[in-house]
Amino acid sequence: MRRIEFEGKERMNRLEKIVKVILTILGLISIFTTIGIIFSLFEETLMFFKEVSIVEFLTGTKWTPLLEPTHFGVLPLVAGTMLIVVIAAFISIPIGLGSAIYLSEYAPKKVRKILKPVLEVLAGVPSIVYGYFALTAITPFIRNIFPETSVYNALSAGIAVGIMTIPLVSSMSEDAMMAVPDSLRNGAYALGATKLEVTKDVVIPTAMSSIVASFILAISRAIGETMIVAMAAGSTPKLTFNPLESIQTMTGYIVQISMGDVPYGSLAYKTLFAVGTLLFLMTFTLNVISRYFVRKYRRAY
Amino acid sequence: MEAILSVRNLNFYYGDNRALKDINMDIYKNNVTAFIGPSGCGKSTFLRTLNRMNDFIENVKVEGSIIYEGKDIYSKEMEPVELRRRIGMVFQKPNPFPKTIYENIVYGLRKNGVNKKEILDEVVEKTLKAVALYDEVKDKIYKSALELSGGQQQRLCIARAIAMQPDVVLMDEPTSALDPISTMKIEELVLELKKDYTIIIVTHSMQQAARISDYTAFFLNGEVIEYDETSKIFSNPRDKRTEDYITGRFG
Ligand SMILES: Nc1ncnc2c1ncn2[C@@H]1O[C@H](COP(=O)(O)OP(=O)(O)O)[C@@H](O)[C@H]1O
Ligand SMILES: [Mg+2]
Repeated sequence: MRRIEFEGKERMNRLEKIVKVILTILGLISIFTTIGIIFSLFEETLMFFKEVSIVEFLTGTKWTPLLEPTHFGVLPLVAGTMLIVVIAAFISIPIGLGSAIYLSEYAPKKVRKILKPVLEVLAGVPSIVYGYFALTAITPFIRNIFPETSVYNALSAGIAVGIMTIPLVSSMSEDAMMAVPDSLRNGAYALGATKLEVTKDVVIPTAMSSIVASFILAISRAIGETMIVAMAAGSTPKLTFNPLESIQTMTGYIVQISMGDVPYGSLAYKTLFAVGTLLFLMTFTLNVISRYFVRKYRRAY
Repeated sequence: MEAILSVRNLNFYYGDNRALKDINMDIYKNNVTAFIGPSGCGKSTFLRTLNRMNDFIENVKVEGSIIYEGKDIYSKEMEPVELRRRIGMVFQKPNPFPKTIYENIVYGLRKNGVNKKEILDEVVEKTLKAVALYDEVKDKIYKSALELSGGQQQRLCIARAIAMQPDVVLMDEPTSALDPISTMKIEELVLELKKDYTIIIVTHSMQQAARISDYTAFFLNGEVIEYDETSKIFSNPRDKRTEDYITGRFG
């Protein structure tokens, strides 16, 4: 038999090394830019807290950094953000979970093949489109029902944010439910369970951690959402829980100040970073929690 | 001999693929019936038609009838959910729910409105004893069923099925994922259970069919080639193809 000549492995080894170096550099770049951003955020924030006490910032109920007398209580912005988040969650969680259940458990294959990409496209719509939709469609609708509603109001923006985050919930929850092995479903069916019971007792509990993680991610996304609230929620920092009033969120404030001509290095300028840091810590915490849930789920079966 | 299930002219299609061809068979009460045959010949498909587990597969069609307690199980009078309570099933791969051992066993009962703790406790103990699992797990009843070994999980799945006090238990190659010792335990269990239940078992092992079954059906390409008492099938098969299969000449 003929001797087979193998190509030398040296050339391959060199290629492997080069690829490894390139990938390492790319990885390091992303890590260092992230660290750099966080670092500059924290640095300016520290400068801010040299002039304003942390206690005033975290417990004060008035936010008037540009108006005399100035107040730096961030609670009105936090309340505004929370209002948006709660309204958005009331929309995105039930509708997102409902469509995930429908797609994973009830929809015939053909329907799923069409609907799933549609939902995913929805996730790619720029948020400015949702903001426009809130202003021109949702707000007039609300004002038809409650005529005393402000032109800019939390409800309209919250609904738009909710609609925008539906695909986040539905897509991640659906993936998790689809990953539940059919053998488990069959086990329940063979004991005389109905479809609803199988979904409720077997599919959802098995996929629960990912479902919860999708809720948290949607909330985290709602906290960070900027364009919609800047367009439709108003710019009046107000400690209120009335969704029909104009409010301001943390992100809304940041946009307002960044667009205006606040002098570099001024105290008002530094408020951006303090609010930004708070925002970062909130979404970061939520993302960590959500990762924890996903990991817990991986261990489940 | 009393037939508990009577299959008449049964055809089954996956789309255009006719997977079962004109099957006629009586399944006898309190006996163990084994289905043997090369893989892909329709054993699992046939087993699933008996408790309508094929309903969950899209684009399938059933023709013919299966009479159970005087009713065709594919007629409108028969509620599939109700049918599955009476005809239980154990699968090839153990599939306990990611719940406690206790909740696995009582799941079916709870779904049928049995929630009294005394009753559930009693059923758990009795069924665990019936599947010879009680001594091994009695301290872990409230722990996750996923902590059990494969063989224990499969016995738990059998316990879960008989907790419903079904008439018939269908088993689709219940030992194919298990080691020899667990396999032996399940075989002993099947022989024990046939006093109270009618058992239909798909197996790829002819020795297993010979050891535990009273009746054997040999399947080939969606047809039942031969169906008779197990002793006759193995000692004196009428069809050449059955003989070839059991003597290991093909399959
Ligand atoms: N879910 C399914 N969809 C389409 N065809 C199937 C499905 N399950 C089984 N079949 C086909 O039906 C035939 C019988 O399969 P099966 O009943 O699983 O055989 P066995 O259990 O004897 O190995 C095979 O040709 C198989 O490809
Ligand atoms: Mg099979």
